[in-house]
Amino acid sequence: MIPELGHFALWLAAMAALAQAFAPTVGLWRNRDDLADLAVPTALAQGLFTGLAFVALAYAFIISDFSVKLVAANSHSMKPDMYRFTGVWANHEGSLLLWVLVMALAGVAVALAPATLGSRFRARVLSVQGFVSLGFFAFLLFASNPFERLIPAPTEGVGLNPLLQDPGLAFHPPLLYAGYVGLSVAFAFAVAGMLENKVGPQWARATRPWIAGAWALLTLGIALGSYWAYYELGWGGWWFWDPVENAALMPWIAATALLHSIAVVMKRDALRAWTLLLAVAAFSLSMMGTFIVRSGLLTSVHAFAVDPTRGLFLMLLMALYIGGALTIYALAAGRVAEGRQFALVSRETSLVANNLLLSAMLGVILLGTLYPMALEAMGGAQISVGPPYFNRTIVPMLLVAAVLMGIAPWLGWKRSATGHLARRLLPASIATAAAAVVAVLLLDVRGIGAILGFAAAAWLGAASITILVRRGLTFNSAGMALAHLGVAVSILGATASGALQREALVALRVGDSVQMGPWRAELMDVRPVAGPNWTAIEATLYVQRNGRPVGTVTPQSRMFIAPAQETTESGRTGWRMGEVYAVLGKPDGSGRWQVHLWVKPLVRLIWIGGLLMALGGVVALGGRVRALALRRRKLVTFAEPQAA
Amino acid sequence: MARFLWLIPLALFAGLFVLMFGGLGKPQQAVIRSHMIGKPAPEFALEGAGGRPGLATADLVTGKPVLVNVFASWCLPCAVEAPQLQALKDGGATLLGIAVRDTPQNVAGFLAKHGNPFDRIGLDTNGRLLLGFGASGVPETYVIDGRGIIRYQHIGEVRPEHVQMLLAELEKAK
Amino acid sequence: MAVAKPKQQRLVLALAAVAVLAAAGVIASFALQDTAAYFKAPADIAASPPAPGQTIRLGGLVKTGTVTRPGDGLELHFIVTDMKADTNVTYRGLVPDLFREGQGVIATGSFDAQGVFRAQELLAKHDEKYMPPEVAKALEKQGHPVNAS
Repeated sequence: MIPELGHFALWLAAMAALAQAFAPTVGLWRNRDDLADLAVPTALAQGLFTGLAFVALAYAFIISDFSVKLVAANSHSMKPDMYRFTGVWANHEGSLLLWVLVMALAGVAVALAPATLGSRFRARVLSVQGFVSLGFFAFLLFASNPFERLIPAPTEGVGLNPLLQDPGLAFHPPLLYAGYVGLSVAFAFAVAGMLENKVGPQWARATRPWIAGAWALLTLGIALGSYWAYYELGWGGWWFWDPVENAALMPWIAATALLHSIAVVMKRDALRAWTLLLAVAAFSLSMMGTFIVRSGLLTSVHAFAVDPTRGLFLMLLMALYIGGALTIYALAAGRVAEGRQFALVSRETSLVANNLLLSAMLGVILLGTLYPMALEAMGGAQISVGPPYFNRTIVPMLLVAAVLMGIAPWLGWKRSATGHLARRLLPASIATAAAAVVAVLLLDVRGIGAILGFAAAAWLGAASITILVRRGLTFNSAGMALAHLGVAVSILGATASGALQREALVALRVGDSVQMGPWRAELMDVRPVAGPNWTAIEATLYVQRNGRPVGTVTPQSRMFIAPAQETTESGRTGWRMGEVYAVLGKPDGSGRWQVHLWVKPLVRLIWIGGLLMALGGVVALGGRVRALALRRRKLVTFAEPQAA
Repeated sequence: MARFLWLIPLALFAGLFVLMFGGLGKPQQAVIRSHMIGKPAPEFALEGAGGRPGLATADLVTGKPVLVNVFASWCLPCAVEAPQLQALKDGGATLLGIAVRDTPQNVAGFLAKHGNPFDRIGLDTNGRLLLGFGASGVPETYVIDGRGIIRYQHIGEVRPEHVQMLLAELEKAK
Repeated sequence: MAVAKPKQQRLVLALAAVAVLAAAGVIASFALQDTAAYFKAPADIAASPPAPGQTIRLGGLVKTGTVTRPGDGLELHFIVTDMKADTNVTYRGLVPDLFREGQGVIATGSFDAQGVFRAQELLAKHDEKYMPPEVAKALEKQGHPVNAS
C-alpha cells in the first residue's frame, strides 16, 4: 500500500511540475498575473509530493519490503540499518528519485527566498526549474519506476554491492547531487535572466549565493569521494583520474570559474555573456557527468550496466535542455551588452586569467575523457588515457593558478596600482623561499615538480593568511581567502604525501618486521574477525617511528556474505597530519602474508584543504544571508510596500 | 560575425551529442555474440545436482541439438525465465543445465521452487565453464547442434516472446 | 596604466585567451600522444610486438594453471591468453581481489628489454554480471555483457 501511495505522490509531483513549468510561462506571455502567481504554490506542492514519494521508498527499504522490486534487487534484511536507508539511492531508480527530490527542494527554496529581482523574474526561474524537473519525472515514471512491484515477493533481497556499504560512499552521492542541483538553480537563473533581459549586477547578486552553496557542496562531495577512494580501494592513491571522477570534477571546475566570473558581473557589470555560458555549461556538465557516465557510455572501473532505452531517453532529455539553453543563449547573448571596460592590470583581468586557466583545465580533462571514446567511435584503436596524461597537463596549470591566486586578491577593480603589491606580498615571498629551502635542504626533495609544489603551497597559503589577518575583512573576502587557503593546504598535502612517501611491499611471517627509514612495522598477528554481514582475515601491524610507538594498523581482507564478494579494507593509523597505510594481500602458501605499506606524510591535509574550501564557500554565502536579513529588517521597519 | 560566434557553444554541444549518440548503441553490438559461436563446446565434465546426472562434453554430441541453460539459484532472472524453460521443454527441446557458482542444496531448493525442466545438470562450482562458453553473465542459453558445436547464444533471461525463436534456432541446428 | 581603448583591450584579451588555450591544446595533445596506453590482446602483440618501454594495456584471460609465485612470494608470474596467443606477464604487488585463474584481467605495463611484460597494475575484470544487483537489472532487459576481449 505504501509503495502505491509513493507512486501516486510521484505522479502528483510530476503534475505539480507540469503546472509549475507551463502556468507561469503562459502567464508571463499573456500578462496573466493569476497564472504567473501559480509558480510559488506549484513549486511548494512539487516539493511536498516528491518528499512524500521519497519517504515512501525509504520506508520500503527500511522495513525490507521485498515485494518492491527495487528493494529486492538492492537490499538485504541482514544489512545494517544505516545501509538499508542509504541503499535507497545506491541504485539507478533511487538515485534518480533523490535527484528530483533535491531539485524539488531547491524549487521550494527559490519559492520561499526573497524575490530580489521581482516576482515576475521568480516566476520565470521557477518555470525553468519546472521544465527541468518535468523531464526527470517523466524519465522516472516511464522508464525507471522505483515503486514497481515484484510478484511473488522473494523472501530475501539480493543485497548491496559491499563497496557501497560504507559511510563515505553512502553520503557521497547526496552531497554531489545537492551540488549539481544548486547549479541547476544557477542554470534556471541564467535562462530566466536571458529571457527576461535582466542580466546585470542585481541578477549576479541574486544568483551568486546559489553558486557558492552548490560549489561548497560539490567540493565536500568530491573531497569525500576522494577520501573514500583512498581508504576503500586500497591502492594507496587518492585521485585516479577515472572517468567517473572526472565527471564530478568537470562541473566543479566550471562552477569554480562561474563563481569567479559572476563576481565580475556583480562588481563591474562585465563578462556577462561569458558568465551566462558558464552557468549553462556547469549544469550541463553535471547532467552529462551523472547520467552519461552512469549509463555506461564511458568505460570505467565502476561502470554501470547500460540500458539502451534509458540511455536514449536521457540523451534526448539532455539534448532538449542543453540544446534549448544554448539556443536561447545564441539568440540572447548578442543582446547582453558586454558592460564596462577595465584596464589590463586589474582584478577583472586576473579573474579573466582565472577563467582562462580553468577553461583550459576543463578542456584538457574533457579531451582526456572523451578522446578514447571518439577514437573508438571513428573505428580507431582502443586506448586508455590515464593519470600520466592528466598529471602532466593539469599540474603545471594548477601551479600557475596558485601563483595568480596569491596576487589577484590584492588587485583593485577597474584598474590597479601595482606599488603596494611588493609590500603586501612580502610575507608570501619569504614563505615561498623558506619552503623551497626547507624542501631541498631538510627534506631532501629533489624533484623539480615537488619543490615547486611546496613553494606554491607556501606562497598561496601565506598570501591567503595575510588577507585573513587584515582588518576590515568582509564575508566575501574572508570566504575567498579561506577557500584559497584550502587550495594551498590541499596542494601541500598532495605534494608532501607524494614526494615524502615511503613505500614497502613485503611478505611477512607473524613476528617479522619491515623497516622504512625511521619507520618500522611488525606483523603481530593474523586472525579471522567477523562483522554484521562479513567475515575477514585481519592482520595487526605494530608501527613505530624511531623506536617510539605510533599505533597499530589492521588491514583486512573481507568476504561479504550477501552478495558474496571479497574486498580489501586498508588499515590506517594517523601520525600528525600523515598516515601509515597498510593493505593485506594473500598468503603465499608458506606462512607469509603479503603486505603493502605506505607512510604518507601530511596526506590528511588534502581533504582538510577540501573542507576549508567548502567552508570558504559557506562563509561567502553568509555575507548574502546577512545582507538579506538586514534588508528584511529594513522592510519591516519602514513597512515599505514592495513585492515580496 | 558576432551572431555566428554565439552559435559556437551550440555547435560544440551538437558535435559532442552526436559523438555520444553514436556511442550509445555500441557497447551492445560489440559483444552480443560469444566468440565461441561456430566452435565446439569446451571439454568439461561436471558433477550432477538437483537429482539429475552430471554433464560432460559427450552429452552435447548426441546427434540431436540441445539447449544448454546457464543458471544459478542466486540469480533473480533465472527464476523469472523458469516458466519459459518449461515451455521450451514442452515444445520438444532437450534442456541441459549448468548451475554456476552454486551449492547442491541451493540448486535443489531452487529447482523445487521453480520447477526442473533439465535432463542433466552440471555444477560449475567456480564458474570456470562460463568462460569456456564465452558467456558474459547469468542467465544465458545456448543452442548446441548434434556435433557439439555452439550455434546460437541467447543473453539474458528467456522471455515468453523468445520461446518460439529458440525452438526455431534448435530446428535450424538440426 | 591608462584604461585601454575598448577595441584594443578586447583584442589583447582575445589574443591572450587564444594563446593560453592554444598552449594548453599543444601540451595536451603531446601529453596524449606520449601517455595514451593502447589496449592490446596477446594476438595483437604476437602480430606486432610493441617497443620495449611503451605502456600498453594487455587484456585477456588468466590462463588456467599458469599462475606461479617464484622468489620472495611477492612476484607473480602468469600467462594472459586470448585463446589465439599467449603473453608472459610478471607483476610485483598485491593481487586484486577478483584476480583468478580463468578470469579476465587487464594488465597495464610495458615490455622490458628481455621481452617480459612487466605489469605495474592489474585490473581484474569487474565481474558485475555475476553480481546479483546487476543481474537483477537484467530482469527488464537483455543482459549487457562485459566485453571479454
